[in-house]
Amino acid sequence: MELQAVLMAAGGGSRMMDLTYNTPKPLLPVGNRPLIWYPLNLLERVGFEEVIVITTKEVQKALSADHRLKTDVKMRLDVVCIQEEADMGTADALRHIQQKIKTDILVVSCDLITDVALHEVVDLFRAHSATLSMLMSKVHEFTETVPGQKGKKKAGEQRDFVGVDVTGKRLLFMANEADLDEGLVFRKSIMRKHPRMLIKTGLLDAHLYCLKRSVVDFLVHNKSVTSIRGELVPYLVRKQFSKSLNSQNETEDSEKNQKQQDLLSTSKDEALLQLARERSCWNDHRGDMSEAYHGGKLRCYVHIMEEGMCYRVNTLAAYIEANRVVPKLFEDPPIHPGALVSERSLVGSDSIIGPLCQISDRTSIKRSNVGMSTTIKEKVKITNSIIMNGVIIEEGCNIQGSVICNNAVIGRGADIKYCLVGSGQHVEPEGENKIMFGNNNLDISDLFVYTMIVY
Amino acid sequence: NITDSDPDGRLTVTDKDVKLQEIALAKNEGKELTKEEKQRLRKEKKQHKKNKKDDKGPPEKEKEKEKASVPAPSKPATQSPAHKAPAPVHASESAAAAEKPAKSKAELRAERRARQDSERTSKQGKKEGGQQSASSKPKATPNELQPVVKRLPEHVQVDDPAALKKLAKKLERQQVPLRSDYGYKVSLFSHLHQYSRKSPPTLQISIPATVIHPSIVRLGLQYSQGIIAGSNARSVALLHTFKQVIQDYSTPPNEELSRDLVNKLSPYISFLSQCRPLSASMGNAIKYIKKEISNIPSQCKEEEAKGKLQACIDSYINEKIILASEAISKYAIEKISDGDVILVYGCSSLVNHILCKAFEKQRKFRVIVVDSRPRLEGREALRRLVKKGIRCTYVLISALSYILPEVSKVFLGAHALLANGYVMSRVGTSQIALVAKAYNVPVLVCCETYKFCERVQTDSFVSNELDDPDDLIVTRNGKSHLENWQTVKSLGLLNLVYDVTPPDFVDLVITDLGMIPCTSVPVVLRVKNVDQ
Repeated sequence: MELQAVLMAAGGGSRMMDLTYNTPKPLLPVGNRPLIWYPLNLLERVGFEEVIVITTKEVQKALSADHRLKTDVKMRLDVVCIQEEADMGTADALRHIQQKIKTDILVVSCDLITDVALHEVVDLFRAHSATLSMLMSKVHEFTETVPGQKGKKKAGEQRDFVGVDVTGKRLLFMANEADLDEGLVFRKSIMRKHPRMLIKTGLLDAHLYCLKRSVVDFLVHNKSVTSIRGELVPYLVRKQFSKSLNSQNETEDSEKNQKQQDLLSTSKDEALLQLARERSCWNDHRGDMSEAYHGGKLRCYVHIMEEGMCYRVNTLAAYIEANRVVPKLFEDPPIHPGALVSERSLVGSDSIIGPLCQISDRTSIKRSNVGMSTTIKEKVKITNSIIMNGVIIEEGCNIQGSVICNNAVIGRGADIKYCLVGSGQHVEPEGENKIMFGNNNLDISDLFVYTMIVY
Repeated sequence: NITDSDPDGRLTVTDKDVKLQEIALAKNEGKELTKEEKQRLRKEKKQHKKNKKDDKGPPEKEKEKEKASVPAPSKPATQSPAHKAPAPVHASESAAAAEKPAKSKAELRAERRARQDSERTSKQGKKEGGQQSASSKPKATPNELQPVVKRLPEHVQVDDPAALKKLAKKLERQQVPLRSDYGYKVSLFSHLHQYSRKSPPTLQISIPATVIHPSIVRLGLQYSQGIIAGSNARSVALLHTFKQVIQDYSTPPNEELSRDLVNKLSPYISFLSQCRPLSASMGNAIKYIKKEISNIPSQCKEEEAKGKLQACIDSYINEKIILASEAISKYAIEKISDGDVILVYGCSSLVNHILCKAFEKQRKFRVIVVDSRPRLEGREALRRLVKKGIRCTYVLISALSYILPEVSKVFLGAHALLANGYVMSRVGTSQIALVAKAYNVPVLVCCETYKFCERVQTDSFVSNELDDPDDLIVTRNGKSHLENWQTVKSLGLLNLVYDVTPPDFVDLVITDLGMIPCTSVPVVLRVKNVDQ
């Protein structure tokens, strides 16, 4: 077998606690499907037949209960539960399932929604026998207004600096602004080998990695590595140019040798492969006297998506943006056949209605996503909003630019603008929750309804 | 004179008389006629043999056989025309011959045909329903080809929709994705595939690859991206991958390893040829493997059989590639003397090896590396030689005639050596050989024997490889003038990979069997066949 897929679905969604304090992140509805469906669909489309899903017990229960998911996803899901309290990093999770891993792996995060041609990433992994191959995308500006955001995003967000070579495929350098003191620091060995490097910021890491089997073995030996993105990837990128790997001296102590051996993981018939490489008249760079890949055995590659859709749903803004864009991806009918939509209601063409909904007369739904089993009574106006599952919206409500979470109840005549109503909350009738933009007096907590609202 | 088509006896007598007459005539007319005569005599003998073999077939086939049997591959002396048009050529030949004074030739042929028809009809009665080798082969070409000449391979019939349909069906059956051609093809080469690097062969291969072994997918990718390029490298990588395939193979129940494994390899080979057309060396390696597999005795246990096959592959690589290059180096070093100026073209692994070995043996020489666009492989050769410490000069092929007066020898590598003595190598090699001949510089071709192939070619058009035309687009100062070449209707980009060099321009071929003249290639092939 060539690749095994591992889906990381145990993350907490710490950057959007308002959405996830009640609903686990993998089950958040996006475009009326649970978030976890999107990476599963991506894997299924390219031809995977089984996936190892690392998640919490809660999510596992929900997955087994979800009939729609069962019919939609034909792959075999091998669900591995980990304790939520254990606070495992992604690398820890890989260590946990080390027994199941028999070949190279493709690690995907549950919050990735993309239409990338996956063969681009995997081809880099195959053709160059890379140790790591990952996916990145150009960040698109979010255009939707987000409840709770006062104006534009702060520019001080921690940037990622990604250095690639001239071809744009070989990953040479990766650092986060948070880890840097004053400026970027480059090793001389990198500059000597790749004198032309393109540094890119404004790239979104899709958290999709192809890793060699030997990396998992390396993780087993190095228990200090907890996160793939935070620690493992920068380590591998740095190790490409590490002197000890490139020079052939055997003077390292045995432990280090063991580690290196794990990373290099010589396959059988290495000699033949070496012969083929020697006889081949190809080189990945020119201008110096070194052979292909500078003789380095560890190589990291990245595929940077220029066009196409790639979202990581880990913030509220991303969640809203994804909800807006995703319905265009699939050819599902916008109004699910299981929904009861009254004829005298107006459902816009860019809205989607989930199954088992009840939409009464004289409601108008524009540019919104309405989840499963939602009841919307008469004379309700919904624009630019996201309504999750099981919500009840009484008559005469006016909802604009908001996110209403699972099982909330919006009382009669409530006027909700640019708010986020948490799970299971009730909004009193006649409540006016109009938050103007630019009103800096309001605290963020005022915008998120956790308890009763005061008019 | 001969005007009657009578039963055998009389005709053969008169036949011979006519022939004697004609031979006499021929001696007066000139050389050409005697050749014609010889050909006809040979044809006669062949017909007799064939009639003994009870060959059945429509009468036209006989005619074609006559005409086409002349350029059979086993006659290296004759300059055979392109495969595609044996009939019209010979029609013209026979027409020309008929015009010559002995008009009886045409009539002679008619007599002979009639005689054979009668013989055949008599034999047809005896053998009804017998399987015929000729008819069992599906014919893809419009010309009716018979068992003597092999059918045309698919990869030179891209402009024939019937052949394309057959290929599509075959690939579908093997579950191998079909790679579509790209861009406008220059009309002379429209019968060849032209793929683009932007549409990789793995577009429709599932991830993880299940139908095709993952190592084969990796190899195909490396071929199509040019990561593994060069005849030797490709063969070694192919055999290495086959070792992995054999390792992972397990015989299904009720199947024999010797038959099933060969069937398993066929879709892999189709996939690889979709990625990049197979080279002659790869073809020979595949033939060898298939033979070895089918020779596995059925009572052999699976593990043992696998081990045997792995050992076979190892020994093949060792003998035919590694030891061969050592032997060739030894012979070639004898030809390199101190003070030599050696010209090499492109990056041939064998030639580089020879030069490095010669340098190690303390020969004093310098090298001129000639390079050409778009591949610019010479840069890699230059790097390897300079790294060794050899003094090198680097020129582009346009400066060839400028630099040749300095050169004392030319060493060329070969992609394949054809049965009629032609050398198939990187495009530009024939130019080098031509100009070297004009300057009286000896041209030595270095080639291992496993690259010898039975094909016959006299031009670079019939069977070649078209590389990605976008490789010819070059960006200078931020401008790429050819960027939108597809929008210009009258513009076609041609990126040829190989060309053939006639044996007149090659002075010596250095193989692991020794140093032979170019015309001895068919002898080597024959000896190889006898060995096997």
